Amino acid sequence: MLADDLRGMVYIALKDLKAYYFKAPNISWGILFPFAFILAFAIRNPGDLRALVPGLLGLTVLFGTSSMEAIVIVFERRIGSLERLLLAPVRLPALLAGKLLGGMTFGLTVTLVVLVVSLAIFGSSGTNWLILFLALLLSATAFSAMGAFVSVAVKEVFEAQTLANFIRFPMMFLFIRFPMMFLGGVFVPLASMPGWLQAFARLFPLTYSVEALRVALFGGSWATAALDLGALAVFSLVLFALAVYTLARRIE
Amino acid sequence: MIEAIQVQGLTKVFTTTKDRPPLRAVDGIDFTVHEGEVFGFLGPNGAGKTSTIRMLTGFSQPTAGTARLLGLDLDKELPRIKKRIGVVPEASNLYDELTAFDNLVFAMQLYGVPRAERKARAESLLERFRLSEKRDAPFAKLSRGMKRALTIAAALAHRPPLVFLDEPTTGLDVMSARNLRQMIATLRDEGVTVFLTTHYLEEAERLCDRVAIIVKGRIVALDTVAGLRSGAKRKTSVEMTLEGADGQSEKKRLECDDGVESAVQRLLSENNGRRVLAVDTLRPSLEDVFVQLTGLNAEVMLSEKSGKGGGNAGG
Repeated sequence: MLADDLRGMVYIALKDLKAYYFKAPNISWGILFPFAFILAFAIRNPGDLRALVPGLLGLTVLFGTSSMEAIVIVFERRIGSLERLLLAPVRLPALLAGKLLGGMTFGLTVTLVVLVVSLAIFGSSGTNWLILFLALLLSATAFSAMGAFVSVAVKEVFEAQTLANFIRFPMMFLFIRFPMMFLGGVFVPLASMPGWLQAFARLFPLTYSVEALRVALFGGSWATAALDLGALAVFSLVLFALAVYTLARRIE
Repeated sequence: MIEAIQVQGLTKVFTTTKDRPPLRAVDGIDFTVHEGEVFGFLGPNGAGKTSTIRMLTGFSQPTAGTARLLGLDLDKELPRIKKRIGVVPEASNLYDELTAFDNLVFAMQLYGVPRAERKARAESLLERFRLSEKRDAPFAKLSRGMKRALTIAAALAHRPPLVFLDEPTTGLDVMSARNLRQMIATLRDEGVTVFLTTHYLEEAERLCDRVAIIVKGRIVALDTVAGLRSGAKRKTSVEMTLEGADGQSEKKRLECDDGVESAVQRLLSENNGRRVLAVDTLRPSLEDVFVQLTGLNAEVMLSEKSGKGGGNAGG
C-alpha cells in the first residue's frame, strides 16, 4: 500500500509539472515577478541591494510554489479530473503530497535560477549552505501546503486566487515592508517593528522564511535559524493536515 | 464461483441542513452481479444510480450495508479493490493539457502497470478505440466522442476485470454512441464484467444480460431483459399494415391472447379482401416494463438529461 502511495505521489507530481507548471508563462512569471518587485524597491530606495536577496528568495519561493498550487486542485475538482486521482489506489494524504511535491519542485526550480543570479552578482562568501538548503526546502513545503489548503478550501478558481492573494499580500506587506517601499524606508529587522505588528507578522510563514534566509546568507545565530526552520516545519504539517481534512470532508 | 459484485442492504443517507429531513438516496438495496456479465442499472435522475456507483468505487462511505467486489470486502479491502476496477464517470475527465498517449500512460502509472508494458499497451488501446491518429493530440482538442472513447480506454489501461460505466453514451452523436456500444459488447466477449448505468432503455436492452431498475433508492425489478419483458402487462401483439381505400396505408394492431398465428388469422378475417403490406410482431419492450414499474415515461427520463440529443440507441 505504501509503495502504491509513493508511486502515485511521484507520478501525480510529474503529471502536474508537465500539465500545468512548466509552461512558459508560469516560468517567466515565477522568475520575473519577484525581480520586478525588488527592482521597483531598489529604484525607489538605492542602497544595499544585497540586503534584499533574502526577501527576493522568499518571495520567489512563495509565488513559485503557491501561485499554481492554489488553483490546480480546485480546477481539477471543477472539471472532474480530481475524481480520477481519488478513484486510483492512492490514499488521500499521498494524493495531496503529490500535489505539494509538484508545487515544491516548480517553486524550488525558479528559486534556484534567482539564487544563482543573486549569488553571481553579490557573491556567496559567508553563506551557510545547510541553513540555506533547509530554509528553501521547508519554505517551499510550507508555501505549497498553504497553496493546497487554499485550493481545497474554496469551490471556484477565482476564489482560490482571491484567497491566496488575501494571504500572500499581507505577508509581502509585512515582510517586504511594502509600505516602506513607497515611504522611502528600507528592509529592516523584524525587531524594529512595533510589538503588535511583530506578533501579527509571526502568524505568517514568510516571516520565518525570510529570517532563516537572512541567517543563511548573512550570518546570525543558529538558535534563530533553528526556530525559523522549526516554525516552517510546523506550518507545513498543520497546513497539510488541514488540507487533507478539508478535502476529505469536501468529497464525501 | 466468485461473484463480481455482491451488495446487501446498501444504504446512503445524506444529511443536508437541520431543518430538512435526511435524504435516503439509496435505501437498503441488494443485488449480485455475476462475473463476465453486462449488468444494467436503470433509473430516472435522482433514483440513486450515481450514489450507488460512488459507494461501490470507494468514493463515498455507505451509511449502512455491505458490499463485496471481486470477492473483496469494500469496507476492509478498498485499496485492493481500487487496483482491480476501472471507472468511467459520466463526464469525460482526462487531462486537457496531456496528449491522448500521455493520458493513457499516466493512468497506467497510477495503477502500477510495469514501465516496460506501458508504451505498447497505450498504443494498443489507441488502436482499439480508433484513436491512433490522435495519439499526440491534446485531450482538449478531441471531439466529444473521441474524449469519451479515450476516457473508457484510460479506465481499461490496467486491465481491470470489473468496469463501471456511468452513462457512457450520453451526449454522443449516433455514430460515436454506436461505436462505444460495440466496444462495450467486446468487453463482455473478453470476460470483463461491466456495470452500466444508462438512460437509454434500448441501449440496456441491446447490451445487458441482466437489468436492475432503481426508483427512489430502491430496486423495484431485477431480471434478464427477457424476464422483465415477460412480466410486462402489455402482451405481444401483431401489427398489420393494410392498403387503405384512398391509397394510404392503415395499421391495425391486435394483442396475441392465443398466439401470434391466431392473431394474424383474426386480423386477416376482419379485413377480408384488403391488401396486406406488412405484418410485424410487437413484443413488450424494456421501456414498457420501465414505464409500468416507475410510472415515468421514458422520454421524460431522457429529457432530464442535458445531452439527450445524440446518444439515442439507434445505432
